[in-house]
Order: sequence, then structure tokens, then C-alpha cells
Amino acid sequence: MSFLSYFINGISLGSIYAIIALGYTMVYGIAKMLNFAHGDIIMVGAFATFTVVSTNGGNPIVGILAAVLVCTVLGVTIERVAYRPLRGASPLAVLITAIGVSYLLQNVALLIFGSNSKQFTSVVNIPALKLADGQLSISGVTMVTIASCIVIMIVLTTFINKTKMGQAMLAVSEDKGAATLMGIDVNRTIAVTFAIGSALAAIAGVLLCSAYPSLTPYTGSMPGIKAFVAAVFGGIGSIPGAMIGGIILGVIENLSKAYISSQLSDAIVFSVLIIVLLVRPTGILGKTIHEKV
Amino acid sequence: MKKVISLGLVAAMAGSLVACGGNSAETTTAAAGETKAAEAGETAAEAEKTEGAGDGAALEGSFKVGVIGPLTGDAAAYGLAVQHGAEIAAEEINAAGGINGASIEIQAQDDEADPEKSVNAYNTLKDWGMQMLVGTTTSGACIAVAAETVNDNMFQITPSGSAVECVSNPNAFRVCFSDPDQGTASAQYIGENKMATKVAIIYDSSSVYSDGIRETFVSEAPSQGIEIVASEAFTADNKTDFSVQLDKAKEAGAELVFLPIYYQEASIILKQAADKEFQPIFFGVDGMDGILSVENFDTSLAEGVMLLTPFAADAEDAKGFTTKYVDAYGETPNQFAADAYDAVYAVAEAAKVAGITPDMSSSDICDALVPAMTQITIDGLTGTGTTWNEAGEPNKDPKAVKIVGGKYEMQ
Repeated sequence: MSFLSYFINGISLGSIYAIIALGYTMVYGIAKMLNFAHGDIIMVGAFATFTVVSTNGGNPIVGILAAVLVCTVLGVTIERVAYRPLRGASPLAVLITAIGVSYLLQNVALLIFGSNSKQFTSVVNIPALKLADGQLSISGVTMVTIASCIVIMIVLTTFINKTKMGQAMLAVSEDKGAATLMGIDVNRTIAVTFAIGSALAAIAGVLLCSAYPSLTPYTGSMPGIKAFVAAVFGGIGSIPGAMIGGIILGVIENLSKAYISSQLSDAIVFSVLIIVLLVRPTGILGKTIHEKV
Repeated sequence: MKKVISLGLVAAMAGSLVACGGNSAETTTAAAGETKAAEAGETAAEAEKTEGAGDGAALEGSFKVGVIGPLTGDAAAYGLAVQHGAEIAAEEINAAGGINGASIEIQAQDDEADPEKSVNAYNTLKDWGMQMLVGTTTSGACIAVAAETVNDNMFQITPSGSAVECVSNPNAFRVCFSDPDQGTASAQYIGENKMATKVAIIYDSSSVYSDGIRETFVSEAPSQGIEIVASEAFTADNKTDFSVQLDKAKEAGAELVFLPIYYQEASIILKQAADKEFQPIFFGVDGMDGILSVENFDTSLAEGVMLLTPFAADAEDAKGFTTKYVDAYGETPNQFAADAYDAVYAVAEAAKVAGITPDMSSSDICDALVPAMTQITIDGLTGTGTTWNEAGEPNKDPKAVKIVGGKYEMQ
């Protein structure tokens, strides 16, 4: 029974990683850049909800909508101001810019909210589910997190496969030049990608802080790194890959904490990543790209 | 050619940006320093006024006492409390005629509980002309600063640096209990009051403070009839999710969970335990103090939590201090404020015994104060009849408090 409890908590943690990883993987797949500021957008989303719900006593739904709105605008603005001018530049320049944006967001949050950690009011008020005579208790946040993850996955897959915008995204990820020739507005497609990725980050931020209720300007950085690992693990650029990678990562982390050592869990998670990359350099669902000469 | 020029220009711009950054940072710190100095000055001036109204004798010169602690950051509740507690004590001492006819001037510097920043803060205070140090507040930072004070022969008394190494040098003393004492005292308290036989520990393996207390707790536990059923760690990089640690404690049938950690993590543990409907007794040490001041924290989660702290703001002998503190800073003082208050009084008492004057150098003051410290007895907020031994450790009785209705209740 305890195994099941650790396992479910692992899936829940993994679902949060998965939602964050989706943002990484979509942006990478389409814009071919690693958006290291993604983790900090999570933090901004959480602070937006915190300001609406905890400080001003607003409705949790309004809080989530505010977070999504703030993050979407922020994501699109960052893309427009910091990344678009560098579209033709070397990948290294873009990467460094992304790290710069990440520090900028952290420090602005530090300036506005201070470094004291805040207790986040959970937006989920569903009572815990009790199974097997109360031996197994699944908290409301856990259930909502897992459910949100599944819903997001379904909606996103449908969006990409069934809508024009989604098809445009696929086209841009395959070949930017050809997509432009076919009349697709590449800049607009990339902006939409950032908007979706950032909106997902906002939701991840709210879920993360509802489950682990401590909020500081650095809240997003560690989950951001783990989600990046999850995206690489599942095969960066692949949406189902990000999902699977995130969940596996969460489960490994929780089980190694429970059965091996609570101190070494991070070390174990990262060693698994190294092993997977040695065996499958493109990740679990990554496409093998053949270089054409 | 154009490229070379533009590259050169970019380099120049980058250089100027860096320079700007550096300058502005300096100005800010300097400005902050000035404000603080100004504030301290005002405090002293006010105190002098009150004093002047009393018997008309003006104080000549002032002792410069530095305070270091995390005024911002995760542990800000400690640093601010230490600063405020020290300021109140200084005000009272000045109003009552000062030390040997001289007043006390306090300046506080922020170290964010970081050892490196703490040494910087110490150097800033030395530039200001500090003669005695009340600090630092947290253990890790205190160990780093202690290495500097012994070289400079600067008198140091830490209100709350509880690691053994904080006072291993002859020039350093402390007001709070040491980590080993806290671990042992916690085990004894739990054993003597028969609170639990099955105990789980959740501790921070990356912190000297937490690991130190755990060690002595574990070694004292068997002789108190306590069985450690689970000992779970977390690290500084992984301190938001305690569900596994709590599950294991619950699984092992723990009746009491011992938390030798800081209040930030403890607040998350309490929240997650409530979500799991796991309700053991939670028992903390002095790091738990401050839990009621976490922003947006639901204090009902802390109901019944016990902690080993020598100070309760509601206690009869602390009323005067509490009223003053609340009036001045709008908050209920915690143990750290009381520790700092006692520290300043101990310095003042030792200074009187040693007969030092403000024109003496910090090294001469230290030589005079160290032997004086072992001769004084302080009836402070954190214990009556407190004395110090040559090792720098205080001698007083530990007390436990229980959180009831969002307040401390002495046990």
C-alpha cells in the first residue's frame, strides 16, 4: 500500500514536470532554441495567482486566469523583445540571452516580492480521497494535477493535429524555409508557440505551489531544470515524449527517495538521465535525424 | 574594418555597463549603511533625550556595537528579530545611564544567512569602527565570521549561533544553547514527559545546524526509552516536497516527529502532513521559532506543535519587553529578539565589570571583556541567573513551549 502511495505521489510530481516540459519541448521543436527562462515563467505565474488569491482574497479561478494571462503576455513579449531579433544568430547567443532573461525575471521578482518565502494558498479545495480503509489517501491536489496533465495532453495533441495553426507548427518545426514558401507566417507561429508554452507554465506554477506551498523568486528554477531533463529524457521536440519523460522522472525521484535514500534522490534522477542518453542519445521518443550531405 | 569597430564599441558598452552595475551597487549599500547609521544615531539621540530628561547628565562617547544577521531572505525573521531586540536593549541601557558613562550605538548589517556575505558584512562594520560584535545570527555564517573575529581579536557574542564551532575561539560567547545541548535536551524532554516512544526525524542533511542536533538526539534517544523509527533527510536543493518523508514516518508508526530544522521547511511539512491527515506531535527546536510569522501561513496548522525555546512573549517576566517591541516594530518578538536583547545586556554588564571606555581599541576591549564574561550573572529574558563558562557556553535551564491558538504557551 505504501508503494502505491509513493507511486501516485510520483505520478503527480511527474505530471507537473510534464506540463513544464511541454513548454520546453514545443519551443525547442518549433523555434529550435532552449528557453531557459521557462522555469521562471512558472514562478511569475505562481506569484500572479498568489497576489490575486492569497493577498487580495480573490477567487481561485480568477487567480488561475490571471496567471495564464500574465504569463502568456510575458512569454510573447519575451519572444518579441529578446528572442526574435536573434532568430538568425548562433544558437549559443540565443541560449545566453535565455539565461539572461531567466536572471532578469528572478531579480525583478526579488525586487517586487522580496526574498522571504510565502505560503501559497492551495487553489484546490477537494477533500482527500480515501481508499482501502483509509490506508491509502490521495490528496485533492494530486488528483487535480494528474487530471490536468491528461486533459492538457489531449487538448494539445488535438490542437496540433486538427487545427490549421497546429499544422503550421508542425510545418515550421520540419523546415522553416519551406514553411515560409508555403505561405506560413513563421514569426506568428513561433509567437503562438510561446503563448501556449507560457500559459502551460502558468498552470504548472499554480499546481506546483498548490502541492508544495512555498513560493520564492527562485521557486521555478529547480523544477525548470528537472522539466528540461524530462524533455531531454523523453526526446526533446516530441510532445508525448515530454509527457512520458516528466512522469517517469517524477516516479523515479519519489521511489528512490522512498526506497534508496532521501538524500540521493536528485543524484539518482540525473544518473538515470545520463544512462538513458548513453543508450538512446535522442531520448525515449526522439527522432533520429540523419544528416544529409 | 567596420566589424572591428562595432565589436570594439560593443566591448566598450559592455564595459561601461559592468562599471555602472558595480557603481550603483556600491552606492546602494553605502546609502543603506548611511540610513541605518542615521537610524542608529537617531535612536541614540532619542535615548539621550530621555536620559537627559531624567537626571540631566549627558553621555560621553559611544561604544560601537555591530549586529549581523539575515535581514532579508529565507531566515529574515531571525535577523530582523536580532536587530530589533538589540536596538531595544541598547535604548534601555542608554536611557539608564549607558555603560560607564558612554552610550551604545548599534549598527546592523544584512548577511542573508550566507557565510560569504556575512564576512562582507563584518568587514563593513569594521570600517564603521565596530568595537564589539553581537552576531552573527545563523550558525553557518557565524562559523565563517568567528574565524575573522579571532584574527582581529574582536569580542563576539552570538545571540543564536548554536553550532559548536561558533564559540570554539576564546573571544566568542553565545546566549542560546548549542546544537548538541538542544538535541540532548529535546530527547530528555520527550523522554521525561513520556510524550512518545516511537519517534521519526526529518532533517536537512545539507545544514550543519540540523545534522548536529540530529546526531546528539539520536545518541541520547536510547537512554530515554525513545525508539527512532525513521530518520529521513532532505537537502537545500530539494526542500519543497516532503510527502515521501512524511509517508515513511507515518508508515513506521511514529507518534512524534522531531524537526531539527528551520521554520520555512517546517511550515511546508505541517501543511503536507495536514493534507495527508497525519497527526503526530511535531517537536521542534529553536529554528522552529518564527513559524507563526510566515506570510499567509495558516497558524491552525501549527496547533499543538512543541518547540524548545527559552522565551515566550506572553510570559510574565517578558511583558515589558514584548510591549515595547510590539509598539516599535508591530510584531510579537520571538526567541531571537530575546537572545539579542540578553546579548546586549551581557555585553553591557561585562563592560561595566571590565571598566572599558569607548576610546579603547576593539582588541583591548576584547582582552578586557573575555575574563569579565565569566564573572557576570544576567537575569535575562531567556533565563534567570545565566552565567557563562570559559568555553563561551551559557548555563541556564531549557524550557519548552506549545503553540495553542496561534500563540506560545509555556510548559
